Amino acid sequence: MNFAFTQEQEAFRSEVRKFIQREFSPEQSVKYKDFFSMLGGGVEQRNFKQEMSRKLGAKGWLSLAWPKEYGGRDSPSLQHILVEELAYYKCPGWDGVGVGMLAPMLLKSGNEEQKKRFLTPIARGEGSWCELLSERDAGSDLASLQTSAVEDGDYFVLNGQKCWSSGAHEADWGFILVRTDPEAVPKHRGLSFFLLDMKTPGISMTPIVNMAGEPEFNEVFFDDVRVPKENLVGDKNRGWYVIMGVLDFERSVFPVHAIARRKLDDFIEHVRKTKPLDPVTRNRIAELIAECEIARLIHHRVVWMQDKGIVPNYESSIDKLYGTELNVKVTAMVARALGHYGALTEGSRLAPLNGHVPYLYLRAIGDVIAMGSSEIERGVVAQRGLGLPRG
Amino acid sequence: MDFSLTEEQEMLQKTTRDFLATECPKKLVREMAKDEIGHPLELWQKMSEVGWLGLIIPEQYGGSGASFFELVVLLEEMGRACLPGPFFSTVVLGGLTLLEGGSNEQKEELLPELAQGKLLLTLALTEPDVKYSADGIQTKATQENDDFVIQGTKLFVPDAHVSDYLICAARTKETGIPEEGITLFLLDSKSPGINCTLLKTMVGDKQCEVTFDNAKVPGRNILGKLDEGWPILEKVLEKATVARCAEMIGGAKQVLEMTVDYAKQRVAFGRPIGSFEGIQFYCANMLTDVDACSFITYEAAWRLTEGLPATQEVAMAKAWASEKFREIATLSHRIHGAIGFCEDHDLPLYFKRAKAWEASFGDADFHLGKIATKAGI
Repeated sequence: MNFAFTQEQEAFRSEVRKFIQREFSPEQSVKYKDFFSMLGGGVEQRNFKQEMSRKLGAKGWLSLAWPKEYGGRDSPSLQHILVEELAYYKCPGWDGVGVGMLAPMLLKSGNEEQKKRFLTPIARGEGSWCELLSERDAGSDLASLQTSAVEDGDYFVLNGQKCWSSGAHEADWGFILVRTDPEAVPKHRGLSFFLLDMKTPGISMTPIVNMAGEPEFNEVFFDDVRVPKENLVGDKNRGWYVIMGVLDFERSVFPVHAIARRKLDDFIEHVRKTKPLDPVTRNRIAELIAECEIARLIHHRVVWMQDKGIVPNYESSIDKLYGTELNVKVTAMVARALGHYGALTEGSRLAPLNGHVPYLYLRAIGDVIAMGSSEIERGVVAQRGLGLPRG
Repeated sequence: MDFSLTEEQEMLQKTTRDFLATECPKKLVREMAKDEIGHPLELWQKMSEVGWLGLIIPEQYGGSGASFFELVVLLEEMGRACLPGPFFSTVVLGGLTLLEGGSNEQKEELLPELAQGKLLLTLALTEPDVKYSADGIQTKATQENDDFVIQGTKLFVPDAHVSDYLICAARTKETGIPEEGITLFLLDSKSPGINCTLLKTMVGDKQCEVTFDNAKVPGRNILGKLDEGWPILEKVLEKATVARCAEMIGGAKQVLEMTVDYAKQRVAFGRPIGSFEGIQFYCANMLTDVDACSFITYEAAWRLTEGLPATQEVAMAKAWASEKFREIATLSHRIHGAIGFCEDHDLPLYFKRAKAWEASFGDADFHLGKIATKAGI
């Protein structure tokens, strides 16, 4: 075993840190609450995010994990190091949906034409993506989704509605999973995967504000939306496998341990400047320092597997649930330790930590649900990790 | 990073597991818990023959010169098997202290014997208030000509009843700073003035109360320098703490495997109980915590092996192992139901060890305090 990074990895990490110092000033950083809070910041923040995306693209940093033949460096670990640093410093510009999720799906399941057409702009940091998967009645049981697509000449015609689509209102493109065979048994064998220009006529949406006050989600409606057939990824009725083929990678897309650690470090810095800590809070902080380190190791086991070309199995489910639950614990501990002050919001004269505490506390809940709830992940760990029988 | 064992380490792991499966059945573990000596001498001899006693002893002293990480691999398997006997006290506590603090002459005299299974050692560290910090050492040693005279009580000394030598940490100077003025003495355990009483414990492991009533030790038997024993102990304690964590993760892994096997076989309401979500969530939590404890223990062990600062990681490893092994064993009981509650089932062996080891080398609160101090809060 070896718990050190290579010289190349260390050098890359410090290059990323320098980039962040140069491009993302402390004055800008203060405006951002969290790496996850990249939505709903208004036009100014949206433009800045796109500008940062293009800068990351120009460095060649949005395709680090891709094979060399597609302009990448074939290095999952460098991608993870990049995102770890961006996440810790709350630096915008990394499109988790386009770069983190769609690109690996296209690399695995897309045809050459699709790869050429869509990977190049993603690598350059041009355009942004949203995912259109969940529906009101299909979340954890995604395969039961009802939004349909029917073949019509050179097109598929989409009808139905998606829900909880983060950032759909800002996205240029979306990827969508729809039902193309209503009779299919089991249900997941009747689904197809499409790439969708969000400006296509027939798409409309209404915003859904999350409990932290952000217009994060959307309900997206499809009324005879015509999608050209060349936008079908993989075969018709095989869309489930396009998603599942990379799910074990996607669960580890976000280095949540770094997101949690940032909040813990901000709180530690705060308490150093204020009154002495009571021993109970002191131990609670120590416990979370340890848990952040453990979460980092759990994440890097997956990164190590990816670098070695081993497909992660239950390991990425543990990574996802451990990191996001840690984030809940950190924000809850901070809110608890600050008591009444922890409930003061931005703009309050007496609010500690820029009044971000309530937002972070509320926002953290979303991630133990999104992209595979902790309960779904525990099922994966039990069934695939330990071989327990399905219920 | 690399999360895999080397080929040699995998081989060591496999041969250790196979050896213990044959030589250390649970029947023996139960017998030895009730036995006054606590381990069969033939097994000790075999362990010496396969090279375990000399594993980390340098070749010049008759060992095989393996690294601390290899010792961790070995101890993990011992924890899995609930191996009884004085391996930990002799090799980890005694061996590491000799390696860390012994002079060349002392090493030449003692280490080859240790490797051959002819010498049992232990460390007499904790006292009635059981602290793993320097202020816990109140036993006094007073110089009389070329000798020192030791007065005090050491409590929870492992395997002192069979040890040939005791390494005793005693205070030789009062400076007001607890870390200063501690000296390590190597005492023949049969010296006049030393009295050893075996304690009755839940695990049936062999822990002793050792009293020193004007026990005389020659000055040449100091390990390291006069008044400068604590820095040696600090190093030994870091390794010993990780070594204990290794036993604990071995035990936790065995408990998880037993539990998953049982959940697959046991049928209730017409289906294996492992298909129920409640049981699956328990098992998923157990695996998550096994991984968590393993990685932080391996990271600490790797840092110690590489000679890197490891105070923080060692504390994290023990804070986690202390809490999680107990939780894992508790969940296992919940899944096993009544059968696991029986004395002749294997699970209680682990449940008891989880509790006993929770406190050894400091519990979670002790180590969380260290983490906080190190983090400057």
